[in-house]
Amino acid sequence: MNTTSATSILVVENIYKTYGKTEILKGVSFTVNKGETKVIIGPSGAGKSTLLKCINQLIIPDRGRIFLNGEEVLHSHSHINRFRQKIGMVFQNFYLFDHITALENVEIALLKVKKMKRPEAREKALKELARVGMKDKAHLYPAELSGGQAQRVSIARALAMDPEVMLFDEPTSALDPELTGEVLEVMRNLAQGGVTMVVVTHEMGFASSVADEVMFMEEGKILESGPPSQIFFHPQEERTKKFLSRISELYGELNRNG
Amino acid sequence: MDSLLFIYQELLPELGKGLIVTLKLILFSIPFGLLTGILVAIGRVYGNHFLSSLSKLYVIFFKGCPLLLLLFIIYFGLPSLGITFSPFGASVLGFVLCNGAYTSEYIRGAIQSVKTGQMIAAQALGMTKWQAVFYIILPQAFRRALPGVGNEIIYLIKYSSLAYMLTCIELTGAGKIIAARTFRFTETFTVVGIIYLLMVFVATKILQWAEKKFSYPT
Repeated sequence: MNTTSATSILVVENIYKTYGKTEILKGVSFTVNKGETKVIIGPSGAGKSTLLKCINQLIIPDRGRIFLNGEEVLHSHSHINRFRQKIGMVFQNFYLFDHITALENVEIALLKVKKMKRPEAREKALKELARVGMKDKAHLYPAELSGGQAQRVSIARALAMDPEVMLFDEPTSALDPELTGEVLEVMRNLAQGGVTMVVVTHEMGFASSVADEVMFMEEGKILESGPPSQIFFHPQEERTKKFLSRISELYGELNRNG
Repeated sequence: MDSLLFIYQELLPELGKGLIVTLKLILFSIPFGLLTGILVAIGRVYGNHFLSSLSKLYVIFFKGCPLLLLLFIIYFGLPSLGITFSPFGASVLGFVLCNGAYTSEYIRGAIQSVKTGQMIAAQALGMTKWQAVFYIILPQAFRRALPGVGNEIIYLIKYSSLAYMLTCIELTGAGKIIAARTFRFTETFTVVGIIYLLMVFVATKILQWAEKKFSYPT
């Protein structure tokens, strides 16, 4: 595999992970190019979340390698914190820091990790909050925000670090249905603005309209991948078809216009 | 009338000296007790196997040892090993060790009650484990531990009277000496009791203020 290709930002090479006797990931590989949005779909238990957490070594894979901009991501102490700054992560349950305001949530890593000066960090934080439409709520604490607002702040917090790639782990799954729209809209804008993203989601509408490539994962493997038009309307694998028909029962039929 | 005269002219000036010693005992013990409690709790939760076991042992030992006995060991026992303390120093050391052990348990519980997602999110941003502990976990844990830690401070105000047993003449000791000299036990110990009550009252108010100050919407 050519890891030094000019445009490939993230290379995931043959990742394996086993918990006890359960093999969660069985050799997953894919490449993300600059500005691309890759969407991973698949049933729960397929290993999607584990895969994302392996990329920034929140979970350490048993085997396989990860490259960011051609440099191998190692989990040794001296390396990993430098890499994690460049890999933004958004979690299903937001994980905002409860004891500080939205603004301070975005600021804190700029101050403590990037060692920015306070006025500079504040300016950057406000800019990122504005980008997700949360500037006017900057002074509120996480407990005072709705789920959708909290998730947008957590996106701003990750973006503030100027990451090379953003990982989204089911960013709308913990939200009330009427709040998913505002988060998806922010993500859509990021994708169109050229942010490189890997998104695990069940939002097929988002996947079909935004993704450059959709990967269907099941039982720790990527079974099938391709452009959304192919995966959603002409899936090759029987199991992809089955999964998509189950999802459309739950979320409604997907139409070709997105 | 006679009693009031005794209280104003004789008792209060004498007790005042004892009170100053009591306040010194408390004000020296609180910050070091708190610091010990925080360090032991961190060692217990985040330390390696050795540190964690050491912290656990510390808590078991000092929770299991009666404070008075601990003070006797420090003041009367350690000199045979060549370690000597003033009565004041021995008292503060005993209070800090005891207070630290209990405080660490409140803080440990609070640290463990902070949701794991807080640590994960901090690390995902590139913070080291210790940055996450100091900037994210501890501030939240401290807020939750405050009511319990405050209780320990209230206890400390009262068990500071044990310093008297090491001939460190603080409030209770001063009262005992006056009472023995004048045989006015009722007036003396009533006034001493009221002074402790006032100290606890003030401490409670300060702690309430601190709880409010450190609170955040949940």
